Amino acid sequence: MTHRFRDLLALEPLTADELSFLLDQSKPFQEIQRHPLKKLATLRGKTVALAFFETSTRTRISFGTAASRLGADTMNLQAEASSLKKGETLLDTAFNLNAMKPDCLVMRHAASGAPSYVARHLDIPVVNAGDGTHEHPSQGLLDALTIRDRLGTIKDLNVTILGDILHSRVARSNIHLLGKFGCRFTLCGPAMWVPRELEKIAPGTPIRCVYRIEEGLEGADVIIMLRVQTERLDDPPLSANDYILLYQLNGERLRRANSQAIVLHPGPINRGIEITPDVADGPRSCVLEQVTNGVAVRMAILYLLISGATETDAHPALEAQPKESTNASD
Amino acid sequence: MRIVEKAQLMSAPEVDRTLHRLAHEIVEKIGGTKNLALIGIVRRGVPLAQRIAQAMRGIDGVDVPVGVLDITLYRDDLSKVAPQAVLRSSNISFGVDNMDLVLVDDVLYTGRTIRAAMNGLFDLGRPKRVSLCVLIDRGHREMPIEAQYVGRDVQTSDTEIIEVRLREIDKEERVVLVDRVE
Repeated sequence: MTHRFRDLLALEPLTADELSFLLDQSKPFQEIQRHPLKKLATLRGKTVALAFFETSTRTRISFGTAASRLGADTMNLQAEASSLKKGETLLDTAFNLNAMKPDCLVMRHAASGAPSYVARHLDIPVVNAGDGTHEHPSQGLLDALTIRDRLGTIKDLNVTILGDILHSRVARSNIHLLGKFGCRFTLCGPAMWVPRELEKIAPGTPIRCVYRIEEGLEGADVIIMLRVQTERLDDPPLSANDYILLYQLNGERLRRANSQAIVLHPGPINRGIEITPDVADGPRSCVLEQVTNGVAVRMAILYLLISGATETDAHPALEAQPKESTNASD
Repeated sequence: MRIVEKAQLMSAPEVDRTLHRLAHEIVEKIGGTKNLALIGIVRRGVPLAQRIAQAMRGIDGVDVPVGVLDITLYRDDLSKVAPQAVLRSSNISFGVDNMDLVLVDDVLYTGRTIRAAMNGLFDLGRPKRVSLCVLIDRGHREMPIEAQYVGRDVQTSDTEIIEVRLREIDKEERVVLVDRVE
């Protein structure tokens, strides 16, 4: 069973079958993270363009590591150093990068929909590495992989997302992925960040908004924390102290969740603000597994998109093969 | 183009006898089962390796570890194979350093799979020795690779295909020679 993907722009349009396939294809790459030699030659001679129009540390390093472990080279564009500052349009920048002949473009942008817009104008695969408040597909996939590894399934779970959900592309990707597997969502945080309209963003998926953390954690199997963007705490006014008092995840509050509940956080974490150190470093925390799995998921994405895009003539031996038999392809 | 069956090369009992003989040959040549491990190449090399290990238990009373290796990521024809070949999990749970490894596959043909498998193995460490065991050697090598343990040598033409069908995967068990005809 295989699926083809031209680009990876969002999880919302993908089926449960396609999402499972992406997760399954990440498994061989998880194993490679444990090898003493982690570098493959699979994508040798291929180039991945990393265009981060919005700053990023871990996602950029993660995609860069994924590319280099597959044997591909990378070209880097970073917002601060780019000619965007000199007034070039997004599309002109994309065309210029493409003129250097990369085999794939990984792109982050502050505007929702920017990667889709660029993908419509390029003939190479485009990967959305986070766009505005829309989606962050690779984060959604690595979270699901981490949950599946820890709990053995991603089906029919109670998932609580805590924090600034209104501005979070991570939350949207999580909802669109896990929702297709029957998960139920509780969104919890200050009312200004958890408007009721969010209950309708994924038709068919049960989503409820609550404003008391004690209620939000009740019965949770998975708790996904979001980073409190401290720059947003002043507007509208909410002091960091108030946030800690009302919404910080600490050991005592965690006891309201199910006894096996796990805690995820896309990072970077603000210790002592949204999460206490005993939870962040405790046995329920999956924070560092998420980072390791991120490289595996991104290797799978790059492998699938680039190997799918370079299809030429079928291998003469495979062409003659009845279905799945592989012996003549030796 | 049609695919027609030209001959049956092995029946189920013959496959079984051949695997027992290969198990004996390996133990004899390596001189025991200490530090010995089998690596089955996905897909049909895996059940073959498991059955050889089972036969070795009868010889030496020792459980020889069996690893699983998917060579898709080590292929040299990324741009030529069917798009997005499905990856299967490799699983080699033991250290390969200083081990006597025997790669197991169903058919040895061009040798490219074995080249890829060796690349995969050396990413895991430095085995003491690597040898190769195949059920069928059909010739037409494109690499300087030979098998030390061979179930049967079969002369084939380019258009012919050897199909190894195993009960674990194919619900029937036999080896057949098929040909493509216009």
